[in-house]
Amino acid sequence: MESGLLHVGLGHYLTVSAMLFTLGIFGIFLNRKNLIVILMSIELMLLSVNINLVAFSSFLNDLAGQIFTMLVLTVAAAEAAIGLAIVVVFYRNRRSIEVEDINQMKG
Amino acid sequence: MTHYLAVFMPLLGAFIAGFFGRQIGDRGAHIFTCLGVGIAAICSIPIFMEVALGGKDQVLPVATWLTSGTFEANWALRFDTLSAVMVMTVTCVSTLIHIYAVGYMHHDDSQPRFMAYLSLFTFAMLMLVTADNLVQLFFGWEGVGVVSYLLIGFWFKKPSANAAAIKAFVVNRVGDFGFLLGIFGIFVVFDAVTFDVIFQAAPVKADATVHFFSRDWHAMTIICLLLFVGAMGKSAQLFLHTWLPDAMEGPTPVSALIHAATMVTAGVFLVARMSPLFELAPDALTVVTLIGASTAFFAATVGCVQNDIKRIIAYSTCSQLGYMFFACGVGAYQAGIFHLMTHAWFKALLFLSAGSVIHAMSDEQDIRRMGGIWKKIPFTYTVMWIGSLALAGIPFFAGYYSKDMILEAAYGAGTPAGRVAFILGIAAAFMTAFYSWRLLFLTFHGKPRADHHTMEHIHESPLIMTIPLAGLALGALFAGYLGHEVFVGEGRAEFWREAIGSTPGKDVIEAAHHVPGWVVALPLVVSFSGIFLAYFLYIRRTDLPSKIAGAFPGVYQFLLNKWYFDELYDFIFVKNVFRFGKWFWKGGDTYIIDGFGPDGLSALVTRAAKRLGALQSGYLYHYAFAMIVGIAVFVTWFVAVGAG
Repeated sequence: MESGLLHVGLGHYLTVSAMLFTLGIFGIFLNRKNLIVILMSIELMLLSVNINLVAFSSFLNDLAGQIFTMLVLTVAAAEAAIGLAIVVVFYRNRRSIEVEDINQMKG
Repeated sequence: MTHYLAVFMPLLGAFIAGFFGRQIGDRGAHIFTCLGVGIAAICSIPIFMEVALGGKDQVLPVATWLTSGTFEANWALRFDTLSAVMVMTVTCVSTLIHIYAVGYMHHDDSQPRFMAYLSLFTFAMLMLVTADNLVQLFFGWEGVGVVSYLLIGFWFKKPSANAAAIKAFVVNRVGDFGFLLGIFGIFVVFDAVTFDVIFQAAPVKADATVHFFSRDWHAMTIICLLLFVGAMGKSAQLFLHTWLPDAMEGPTPVSALIHAATMVTAGVFLVARMSPLFELAPDALTVVTLIGASTAFFAATVGCVQNDIKRIIAYSTCSQLGYMFFACGVGAYQAGIFHLMTHAWFKALLFLSAGSVIHAMSDEQDIRRMGGIWKKIPFTYTVMWIGSLALAGIPFFAGYYSKDMILEAAYGAGTPAGRVAFILGIAAAFMTAFYSWRLLFLTFHGKPRADHHTMEHIHESPLIMTIPLAGLALGALFAGYLGHEVFVGEGRAEFWREAIGSTPGKDVIEAAHHVPGWVVALPLVVSFSGIFLAYFLYIRRTDLPSKIAGAFPGVYQFLLNKWYFDELYDFIFVKNVFRFGKWFWKGGDTYIIDGFGPDGLSALVTRAAKRLGALQSGYLYHYAFAMIVGIAVFVTWFVAVGAG
């Protein structure tokens, strides 16, 4: 199926996925403000992995990858719910969810 | 059966009073312990009849103890004349003192403990005297030492009592060390520790030698000297005597039972028991004679100036033990044991009547604050007279027979050491009479020097204390008269038989019966002059003693401070041992063991934990970073090396 248009192949998907993942990592490290941003970064990393899974699934004609993605999405949703709940409780107790303030485990 | 009862009943009494004192109460403890020793005392009389007078020596097995190679030591009760005499003396005196203690200690808070100790002591002493071998003897020896420690420190809230207890224990350790070496020496030479085996082999080994410090030494002399070091410690002989006067910190019944009548005579018993060996070591016997005689003299001089009623009697004990030793030293073991037996009666009597005085005077012990009390406590006064008369060796009292026999034997032995002992013994006899009557006069006569309050409260002791005093007084009156015929008289060969070693052709006791008349009369003369001098100084011219003390301040201080032995030992040994101990404590224990051991380890863990703790910043992104780096490392590893 040759065409003049840019062909979107596996490599492109993987590249996007890798970029998203890297964004997620840097989101964790560079963010010094808000705890929610860290949660979002984690979601981003999970999604990038999902893109990987779907891309390979389509490329290899194996549905297992897409089924697995559905599982990951479910788990990610649960994780987001729990994470946000923790953040809310934390905010109630500490009146702040700034990352700089969260260092009570300091040795 | 009676033999076993005589030894083990006191142990049973001690066990019941010691472990169940709380349940049975004071009264129960009194009953059980007194019954225990009482039964033992009753059993000891038929034993004495059967063994000593009837001639039925026996060894009764109890249990096997140690068997290792050729070394064998078993529990057994050996009954010959020597142990029968000791068992009878110990149990009878102990019974009377138990009964006395019931009255004397009735104010005390822990009477079951006290009674248990007393009974335990009696058992240990019986184990000592009936031992069949040296190891069992050592068991009894240490047993009495431990109980002595416990009883000196009985009032453990008094620092001085604790110090005295430790002192007694430590000084005795010095002696025990010699004793142990002596036992080792005997095992090396004889390959056995059982008395029968040793004594049978003794004549063969008479000239045996031991190689030591690249020289050959006469084995018997070495062994006997080492055993004598043990005896010196236990019997408070010169150089190792310092613990005995301090031991008077214990309650008075203890002083009477342990530190006068029985335990301190264990050394004399040991020498008599080992007499077959001592007879083979004339040099050792000379040392025994000289040490004994010096002790008799030294202690008597100190006794003359002391002011504490119990200390005077303690020095008197020390002095009398010296007599017993030089009796053994010149070869008159029989006379030594005879004096041991009579001394047990009258010295216990003296101590207990001193206790009765202290009891009457509301715990006053200083004779300078007594006086003029004889009308108020006539019974105590009478028995104290009896005790003093017996101690001074006035005719027909117990001490007369034994002490004069010793002095005659010392003269009759005919050796230079014997003559020295005789002279020192006569001098000591003079001083004995002097200090005894000084004590009597200062305590009972003259003007009352106690305060008004004390004088009003003076009362005769209750019956439970006076009855034992009467019993001991009977002993002090008749023990010598009844005993001298068989102990040192015509019947002695038949009486002692094999119990005492002898050298053929040497019979010191026989020689003692044939000394010149002036030797027989001299002890009596000096005793009476001692009494007279005391009478003159403390009744007639009461101003003189302080003048004499003032005229010779050096001599007086020298005697009052007991020849400065304590100060000397403190300077030579105690201080250095303390310094040494402190060095080990600071350097060895605190620095090395604690420093590298528990303290060092815990410090190391703390330091490491602190370092690791610094890694825990608490910031989420640091942990996340660590996780990602970790994953990156794992993935790299996985890709580069593979899963396998």
